Amino acid sequence: MSFGWSKPYEPKSDFGKWMDARLPLPRLVYGSVGGGYEVPKNINYFYNFGVLSGLALLIQIVTGIVLAMHYAANTEVAFSSVEHIMRNVNYGWLMRYMHANGASFFFIVVYLHMWRGLYYGSYKAPREMVWMLGVVIFLLMMATAFMGYVLPWGQMSFWGATVITNLFSAIPIVGDTLVTFLLGGFAVDNATLNRFFSLHFLLPFVIAGVVILKIWSLHIPGSNNPTGVEVKGPADTIPFHPYFTAKDLFGVGVYLIAFSIFLFFMPNFLGHPDNYIEANALATPEHIVPEWYFWPFYAILRAFTFDFILPAKLWGVIAMGAAIVLLFFLPWLDSSPVKSMRYRPKARMWTWVLAADIIVLSWCGGAVAEQPYIIISQIASMYYFAHFLIILPLVSRTETPLPLPASISEAVLKGKESTGAPAGQPDSGPAPVAPEAQPAE
Amino acid sequence: MATAPDAGDHTVGEAVGHSPDGVRRRDFIYVATGAFAGVGAVAAIWPFVDQMNPSADVLALASIEVNLAQLAEGQGIKVSWRGKPVFIQHLPPAKIAEAQAVDVSSLRDPQTYDERTQEGHRQYLIQIGVCTHLGCIPAGVAAGEVKGDFDGFFCPCHGSHYDDAGRIRKGPAPKNLVIPEYEFLSDTNVRIG
Amino acid sequence: MFRFISYAIGLVFIFVLALAAVTGLIDSAGAETSEADLVREEFHASNKDVHWSWEGPMGLGVFGGFDDRQLQRGFQVYKEVCSSCHSLKRVAFRSLQDIGFNEAEVKQIAADWINEVPDINPDTGETTTRKATPADTIPLVYPNEIAARAANNNALPPDMSLLTKARPHGSDYLYSLITGYEPVPANFPEDQVSEGLHYNPHFHSLWIAMPPQLSDGLITYADGTPATVDQMGQDVTAFLTWAAEPKMEARKAAGIGTIVFLIIFTAFAYVAYRRVWADVKH
Repeated sequence: MSFGWSKPYEPKSDFGKWMDARLPLPRLVYGSVGGGYEVPKNINYFYNFGVLSGLALLIQIVTGIVLAMHYAANTEVAFSSVEHIMRNVNYGWLMRYMHANGASFFFIVVYLHMWRGLYYGSYKAPREMVWMLGVVIFLLMMATAFMGYVLPWGQMSFWGATVITNLFSAIPIVGDTLVTFLLGGFAVDNATLNRFFSLHFLLPFVIAGVVILKIWSLHIPGSNNPTGVEVKGPADTIPFHPYFTAKDLFGVGVYLIAFSIFLFFMPNFLGHPDNYIEANALATPEHIVPEWYFWPFYAILRAFTFDFILPAKLWGVIAMGAAIVLLFFLPWLDSSPVKSMRYRPKARMWTWVLAADIIVLSWCGGAVAEQPYIIISQIASMYYFAHFLIILPLVSRTETPLPLPASISEAVLKGKESTGAPAGQPDSGPAPVAPEAQPAE
Repeated sequence: MATAPDAGDHTVGEAVGHSPDGVRRRDFIYVATGAFAGVGAVAAIWPFVDQMNPSADVLALASIEVNLAQLAEGQGIKVSWRGKPVFIQHLPPAKIAEAQAVDVSSLRDPQTYDERTQEGHRQYLIQIGVCTHLGCIPAGVAAGEVKGDFDGFFCPCHGSHYDDAGRIRKGPAPKNLVIPEYEFLSDTNVRIG
Repeated sequence: MFRFISYAIGLVFIFVLALAAVTGLIDSAGAETSEADLVREEFHASNKDVHWSWEGPMGLGVFGGFDDRQLQRGFQVYKEVCSSCHSLKRVAFRSLQDIGFNEAEVKQIAADWINEVPDINPDTGETTTRKATPADTIPLVYPNEIAARAANNNALPPDMSLLTKARPHGSDYLYSLITGYEPVPANFPEDQVSEGLHYNPHFHSLWIAMPPQLSDGLITYADGTPATVDQMGQDVTAFLTWAAEPKMEARKAAGIGTIVFLIIFTAFAYVAYRRVWADVKH
């Protein structure tokens, strides 16, 4: 991308020139994450999570390839092969715990990254494609994580796979046939395990491909920023390198410390004890729960307990699907021209309610399916749909946003619905600080 | 790194430490950070390399013990060691004498019988049952198998003939059958590897 | 138009959820907790609190490893008490060297093990057994689950290799369970007594198939430690915790080194970041 003031790549050495004329890879790197990519100077620590998501994906791919060297996708030996990795393979325990906890950490950073996008309106024009590709990645991640969880062939693997694949049986007429097709049999068995392994290996590379598309689409408009005001001139931006490479390096350090605490000192905290029991097709665990990152969606799935025209199970499946698919439409559901919640007091309040709502949903999704969790999850699910499908569209049409700063580098400019001042305003000091609560920097 | 002034109110050059006030400290910080990142990355690579080395269960089988008490004169057995067959034969004295009488200078890979067995345990011929040509398993250790032109071993892949002491006599193989490292723990108990 | 579709979809979901909520509440108002559940709630005991060597100072679990002598005692308890019913199939004899047995001892332990390793007679092809070697994992007690149940009144003695990881707070739980047998309380409802099972308030259903195993002086420790129920319970639990996670000490050591390194690195990275940004107003 670029703004007029970003510096074009100029190869210095003869080899650099030779290379640039044939395979301009250094030019690509320079323009995408180097000195040639101009980034709003006011972006805060929430903007570290993009790079961290990439790091998490990389860790998953590298450790995953290593694990695949030792793992055996066969129901007879899958569980034992994981224990073989844990006990016999050199540093096998490290590889496996990195991969298992890495999945959780991948979701943590992606959820924070999504929250950042929601809060600062990064999904809005001209970045709808960036957002939608992100939702595609999220869906692929969920599929990958689900299939990966089946591979250790523990009790939770087996019964999680059974329960989730059985969701498809809710589909009228073809449901049962479809389930048999997906499983490659009449129950979760060897055929299922093998195909899950194959797809679990494939999908991360598909994710990596979509990540490239996403970064590409991001570099056309450039990054959003906490004010949501588009870049107006050179005073608003600084080059990615060295400013954000330095900042991201620090972020990576913090991330790796947090990751290491779980990895080395509580590696099974985020897992479920039942998955250390080998899969047994004849005995169901008392309480089947998915991994924590699925809890909000699992709560929505279970909240539908009443057969209204359609069977409750089908409602649950539709709603759970809708809960994710509606994110694709978010850029149009929210029609406010103002991006950042800093300047949208009403929408901001509802967005915080949404955050609390999702935490409540998670809590219910991880709990047993009995009262009062059921009623709480039903109310929380109502809010989830109300937020995206009713409240946000209404608020975006009715609210009065706070005055926007003229530009990123300008102090707050008084004036209703102002979207900016002429480009090239002199840089007159620190970026505007919103007068109200905001995610901490 | 970039040195030209950047747009706006700052320069990359300033940022990376060429201003007169703090050249040394800045350079130190950047070098130290870079060095730490580099050392950390290299250290982190080691587990990913080491995991390819043989695992503990494989290493545990790197040496095996075989009890030869049941192995009667004239018999031979195959045992699996490090994923390869090991031929263990209990040769009768007549065979030993015959093998010892061979003119070593006429062999492709000159080796006496005594060099291929251990003092005090001459009757036990222990060798890796892998043809030195291209890795097939020669026949001849078990009763009834083809023994080749020299009454020893015959590799069916490309027709290598070994004598009864496992020495190459005819065919494409360049070397005698390999003798593994082994040690007799007692008269009838041998540890291979 | 798009807007109204969105409102409509939202309202449909909310309506169906509201119906589910109301019917759910009505249903639950009439529902009563079963007597069995009430009894379980009343009599179930929480885990006993033990300070394990690997919990380290303040129970944080950052420092603190295994106590090899305790693990060896625990192994003795496993071998002399548990191993008649419970297998430990994922632990190899060779790994006992990690808890302080030497090579010759391990060889002896393997060769003397009560169960042998299944094998094939090389002459007849018939199944047979042979003595275990250090490279073998601890042989099974029963050849399969059916045999195990048949020998144990249809109860399955679980393999113990991963037991402490396969239960929440596994070490505390296991210790509480094996040392927690009690006489049936006087006020325990008659109709909730399970014949043929044993009362144990730490077991989820209160009634467990395994009879109490430990009694004071049951075994004679090789190192002379008095073999009280509590001592044996702690020792065998420690041993099984090691069996489930034999790499714990290596993991913690690697973790401390990694985190110290990362903190220093991150501090440098932070200073470098601030310096890079020193001249930027943002």
